[in-house]
Amino acid sequence: MKKDQTLGETLRRQGVSRRSFLKFCATTASLMALPPSMIPVIAATLEKARRPSVIWLSFQECTGCTESITRSSSASIEDLIFNAISLDYHHTLQAASGSAAEQARETAMQENHGKYILVVDGSIPAANNGYSTIAGISNFDMLKEAAEGAAAIVAVGSCSSFGGIPHANPNPTGAVSVSDLIKDKPIVNVPGCPPIPAVITGVLVQFLTFGLPDLDHLGRPKAFYGQSIHDRCYRRPFYDKGLFADTFDDEGARKGWCLYKLGCKGPTTYNACATEKWNDGTSFPIQSGHPCLGCSEPDFWDAGSFYRSLSTPTENIGKAAVYGIGAGLLAGAVVGSVQRARKQSAVKAHQRVTIDDLDKES
Amino acid sequence: MTEAEFLLWVRGPAFNAALFIMLAGIVVRFVEILFLGRKTNLAQARGSEVAGGFYTTWRRMIPDADSFIRSGFTIIAGYVFHIGLFVVIFLFVPHILVFERALGVSWGGLPSNIVDATTVVTIVALVAVLLHRIKDPVLRMLSNASDYLVWLVTILPLITGWMAFNRVGLSGPMLIGIHILSVELLMILFPFTKLSHAFTLFLARWYNGAIAGYKGVRS
Repeated sequence: MKKDQTLGETLRRQGVSRRSFLKFCATTASLMALPPSMIPVIAATLEKARRPSVIWLSFQECTGCTESITRSSSASIEDLIFNAISLDYHHTLQAASGSAAEQARETAMQENHGKYILVVDGSIPAANNGYSTIAGISNFDMLKEAAEGAAAIVAVGSCSSFGGIPHANPNPTGAVSVSDLIKDKPIVNVPGCPPIPAVITGVLVQFLTFGLPDLDHLGRPKAFYGQSIHDRCYRRPFYDKGLFADTFDDEGARKGWCLYKLGCKGPTTYNACATEKWNDGTSFPIQSGHPCLGCSEPDFWDAGSFYRSLSTPTENIGKAAVYGIGAGLLAGAVVGSVQRARKQSAVKAHQRVTIDDLDKES
Repeated sequence: MTEAEFLLWVRGPAFNAALFIMLAGIVVRFVEILFLGRKTNLAQARGSEVAGGFYTTWRRMIPDADSFIRSGFTIIAGYVFHIGLFVVIFLFVPHILVFERALGVSWGGLPSNIVDATTVVTIVALVAVLLHRIKDPVLRMLSNASDYLVWLVTILPLITGWMAFNRVGLSGPMLIGIHILSVELLMILFPFTKLSHAFTLFLARWYNGAIAGYKGVRS
């Protein structure tokens, strides 16, 4: 595959029909909530787009993000788009290994300096560079070097976006996100544990078509992370009616009522799961009967128990209650005694007025 | 502090601190009142203190016809926002979950959108009583800064709660976080301001009723 081929040429060579290409453009437009008039614009821009070089760095991660993107159904248009970008380095997917792999990365970085897209999954250990290395190079050094020549960085997954599970308390490696370390490059966060495959490819398409997408305050593309799970949840009417599942196997659960009582984090989680869904639009956690864990939000691992509802306290309140009552009894006894003593001394000091006193001339 | 950290803080350490202060405050006020005690009544009893106590505690809930004519607005608006607060605090399912966790007992809630409508009515009633307080020259003269503060900390959780439910303005975690924080402010000020009437009213009414009952009259 030649590197200077346009995306249109590549897709045609791979036997993708014009019809399915336009269908993909229409899906992408609706994913990004764009009007139908934008479909030809997406198609024309993508057609002419040069296959950009993509360098995918994996740091402290579980490969779940890569699993997610490769598990998008076989021979889907997303796969083809992914084949159509020049994925020059991805140490899980590439055939090369050892020094040949590292050389591929260095060559891609030199040839496409200032133009390549850097995709990062996994967090970076800030406590000690030795905690995670690739070919003897620390994650931090590799990120710094690769970020320097990148046009933009896409942080895929919650670990590279916010620190994710490695960042969870007590965070033994001092894990940090990409945006904690790199300040001089545009960074698009695509969080999720893992993110939805179509959202990963959607962000890349959006980047190729319109440049950097509109981002929310956490650096996430508004097109995919603009609405909360709660607001788009098909179980929302049950929340409004006050119908909740109390356990995982009660009548409410069987009837598909709201999972708020079981700890659903939908109201505080922004992602496209409720609309885009997983496994080719088959389902998403809430649809399969499990509350949302809030995996696309920072510190989701430490945000209280997964199964404790959002409105309830996260810590042991019994202790605070007992100490509060105890302190109140003690302080009350002290204050009460002081006031009682004051009252008694006032009674003692009270001078009675007699008839003689009244007769006295002043 | 990120949004997530803020939400975790208000649900964790801040809630515990507010609960500690509220409970300690309530107990201090009760013990204080009980320690002061009452003067021994040397007169012969002409009726039951207990019956009088219970009667007055209940009877004060029902406004007299006379006071209704004199201050109908205060009574109606007062009832509306008190019943509204009861519905919003005790019959909204996410709130019941908090009580369930704290007390171990649970009860049925109302449909969330009925609670939502009740919240709006309660807010309107609270705004009306504030306007009345400001407009009425006697009420205005009797009011001090604490009265306005108490009004503010009462209406804040209602407004922030309504915003969190209807998801207005801010992000989900911020809305819920700010709502819980406003409730914590209410919890902290609860025992140390006029809000303490929510529990002292029973002692006060009981004393009044018991004194009258001892004398064999109705208060």
